[in-house]
Amino acid sequence: MSTDLEVFPPLRPAPPSEPQAAPPLPGAAVAPSYLTEPHGWASWLFTTDHKRIAILYMVTVTLFFFVGGAAATVIRLNLIAPQGSLVSAELYNKLFTAHGIVMVWFFLIPVIPTVLGNFVLPMMIGAKDLAFPRLNLLSWYVFTAGAVITLTAVLFGGVDSGWTFYPPFSTRSSYTYVVPAAVGIIVTGFSTIMTGLNFVITVHTLRAPGMTWGRLPIFVWSNYATSLIMLLATPVLAAVLALIAVERLAGIGIFDPSLGGDPILFQHLFWFYSHPAVYIMILPGMGVVTELVTCFSRKTLFGYKFVAAASICIAGFGFLVWGHHMFVAGQSLLASIAFSALSYLVAIPSAIKVFNWTATMFRGSIAFEAPMLYAVGFILLFTIGGMSGLFLAALAVDQHVHDTYFIIAHFHFIMVGGMVSAYFGGLHYWWPKMTGRLYSRPWSRLAALLIFAGFFLTFLPQFVLGYLGMPRRYHHYPPEFQVLNVLSSAGASILAVGYVLPFFYLFHSLRWGKPAGPNPWQATGLEWQTASPPPKHNFEQTPVITRGPYEYATGGTDHAR
Amino acid sequence: MPAEPPVLEPQFATAEQQRSASVLGMWVFLATEVLLFGGIITAFLATRVFYPHEFERAAGRLNVLIGGINTVVLLASGLGMALAVHAAQKGQRWATLTWLGLTALLGLGFLGLKGYEYFADWRDGLVPRTDGFDPGDVTPGRLTLFMLFYFVLTGLHAVHLSVGLGLVSWLAVRVMRGELPRAGATVAEVVGLYWHFVDVVWIILLPVLYLSGHHEAADLHF
Ligand SMILES: [Cu+2]
Repeated sequence: MSTDLEVFPPLRPAPPSEPQAAPPLPGAAVAPSYLTEPHGWASWLFTTDHKRIAILYMVTVTLFFFVGGAAATVIRLNLIAPQGSLVSAELYNKLFTAHGIVMVWFFLIPVIPTVLGNFVLPMMIGAKDLAFPRLNLLSWYVFTAGAVITLTAVLFGGVDSGWTFYPPFSTRSSYTYVVPAAVGIIVTGFSTIMTGLNFVITVHTLRAPGMTWGRLPIFVWSNYATSLIMLLATPVLAAVLALIAVERLAGIGIFDPSLGGDPILFQHLFWFYSHPAVYIMILPGMGVVTELVTCFSRKTLFGYKFVAAASICIAGFGFLVWGHHMFVAGQSLLASIAFSALSYLVAIPSAIKVFNWTATMFRGSIAFEAPMLYAVGFILLFTIGGMSGLFLAALAVDQHVHDTYFIIAHFHFIMVGGMVSAYFGGLHYWWPKMTGRLYSRPWSRLAALLIFAGFFLTFLPQFVLGYLGMPRRYHHYPPEFQVLNVLSSAGASILAVGYVLPFFYLFHSLRWGKPAGPNPWQATGLEWQTASPPPKHNFEQTPVITRGPYEYATGGTDHAR
Repeated sequence: MPAEPPVLEPQFATAEQQRSASVLGMWVFLATEVLLFGGIITAFLATRVFYPHEFERAAGRLNVLIGGINTVVLLASGLGMALAVHAAQKGQRWATLTWLGLTALLGLGFLGLKGYEYFADWRDGLVPRTDGFDPGDVTPGRLTLFMLFYFVLTGLHAVHLSVGLGLVSWLAVRVMRGELPRAGATVAEVVGLYWHFVDVVWIILLPVLYLSGHHEAADLHF
C-alpha cells in the first residue's frame, strides 16, 4: 500500500475558476454522472451504487415522514378542543401509535445514515463504494418490505398499544394488529443491522491512503458510533418483539403477570434497545451539524479529538442508562439511583459537543446560508432538549412529570428540533452535490426560519402542559389546558408549512436550479473534490489525503487563498 | 496449480483488503448474534431466578441423553469445519470437500436427533401447554414457561444450524468450481466462523437448559 502513496498526486483544492465553470451537462464530463449512467428504471432498482441507493432511501423515508406527519396533524387538530374535536378515542390511540412507530422506525432511525450517510460517507473517506454494495441494496429492499408490513398493519388495521408495545396490554388486552406490526419492525431491524455492518466495515477497511482515523470527518465518526449501536441494540429489539408475538399467539405469559410472567422484564429488554436507539436518532445529526458549523464559520473544528471521542462515549454510555425509563415502574430504588447517576454522565459528552460547536463559531466569519440556519437551530433546540432530559433523569422530578407532556416536549426537542433539523440542514448542504443544482436561497432560508419558529410554538407550551400535569396519550383533557393546546396546534401548522416548502423549491431546483459546480460552499471535505453530481466511482483517481478534515483557517481552501 | 482468476470487486484496492473486509464483517455480524441470543437467554435466566423450583423440575424432564450425544456430534462437526478451513487455505481441493462433507453430515445428524427429541418431547407431554405434563406440587404455568423458552431457544439454534448447512453447501459448490485457494479460502474462513459460533451457542444452551435440572440414571433413554 505504501508505494501507492507516491503514485497518486496529493489532493489539492480545485483552482478558483473551476467551481463556477462547466455545468455537468450529460455527456460533456469525462466520466458520466451517477444520475445519468446507466439509464432506466431497472438500473435504479438493481443498482449497487451507494449514491443511487441513498436516493432510493430518500424517496421512501420522505414518504414515511409525510405519513407520520399526517398522523401528527390529526392528533394536533383533535387536541384543539378539550373534548377531542375530530376523532374517536379508539382512533386517537391508533393515530399516536402510528405516528410513533412510523416516525421512530421508518424515519428517524434510517434517515441520516441511509440517505446522507450512504451518499457521502464513502466519498468522505475516499472510497469508491461501501464494502458490501449488494448488501446495501438488499438493506433497502428489506427496509421497504418491513415498512410495507408494518404500515399495512398500523394504517389499515390499526395498533393501539403505543410504539412501546407494553405488555400485558399489548399481549392480552389489545384487540389490534400487534403481531403484524411487530413482525414488520423485526424485518426492518435486519436492514438497520445491514447498514450498520456496512458502515463499520467500510470505515475499517476502505479508507483512502493517508485517511487516518485522526483525519476522519466527524460525520464519519458519528455514523461509525451510530453503527455500533445499531449492531448491538437492534438484535435485542428483535428478540423482545418476537417474545411479545410468541406470548400473544401462544397465550403463555412471559411478560403477563396473571400468567406468571414479568412485565418489568419486558421493559428492561425493550429499553435496553430503545434508549440506545435514541442515540441512533441523534448521533448522526450531531455529525451533520459539525460539518455545517465548520464550513459556514470558515474555521477548524475546536477540539476535534474531543468531539470524535464524545461520539464513541455517547454510544457506550447509551447502553448503561435504560432504567431511567422505569423509575416509576417498580424497579428497585438502588437500580433507579444507579440509572439516574449514569444518565447524568451522558450529559458530559453531549455538552462537550455543544461547547465545541460554539467555540468553533466564536469569531468565525459566519455565513447564514440555509444549512447553517438549521445547524444553529439544532444547537439551540438540542441544548434545551438535553437540559430537560436532566430534569427527567432526577428521580424526584421524574415522579412528578413522568408520562406527561413534559416528556413529549423533551424528546421532540431532541428528535424533531435536533435530528429533523440536522437532516434538513444536511440535505440542504449536500443537495448541490447530490443533484448538481443550487436551490433558491431566499426560499430555503425562509423555510428554515419557519421550521424554527413553528417548532418553538408547538413544543414550548407542551413543557408547561406537562409540568401542570397533562398526561400524554389522552384523547381529551380538562378545559383549563385548552389555551396551551391551541398554541401548540397553531405552531404545528406553521411547522407543517416549513416542512412542505422545501419539497417545492428543491424539486424546482432539479430543473431550473443553477449548476452548482463541484464545491459551491468552498468546503474542505473530500466529497467536494469531485464533480457534482459525482461519477459512478466517485473520484477520477483514488485521492491521497495529506491533511485534516476542517482546515478552513489554514489556507486549505481556494476561498481562503 | 492453475492460476486462479482474480475476483476483486471494484470497491477494493487489493485482495487482502477484500479478505479482511469479509472476515471482519462476519465477526461483527456474530456480535449482533450474541446480542440476539443474549437477550432471550437473559429473559430465560431472569425467569429462572423467579421460579427456581419449577424450572429445575422442568429441566430434569428434558432428554439429557440426546442432548449429550448431540453435543458430541456438534463438537465433532466443529472439528470437521476447522480441518476444512485449514485444507482450503492450503488449496487442497479434495481434502476441503471431504471435511466439508463430514461437517455437513454431522450437522444433519444433529438436526435429525433434535427432531427425534422434539417428537419424544411431544409424545411425553413436554410441550408449552398447561395440561402438558404432571405438575406435581408446583405451579403448572411456570413449567409451561420453561418449556416455551426451551422451544424458542433450541428452535432458534436449529434455524441457525440450518442456515449453516446452506452456507456449507454454497461453500462446497464454490470449492468445486475451483475457487481455491484465494476467494474460496476467504469464504471458508467466514463460513467456519459462523459454524463455530453455532457450536458455541449450543455449548451455552446445554447447561442452562438441560444440566440445570436433576436427572435420574433411569431417565437416560431415547
Ligand atoms: Cu432513555
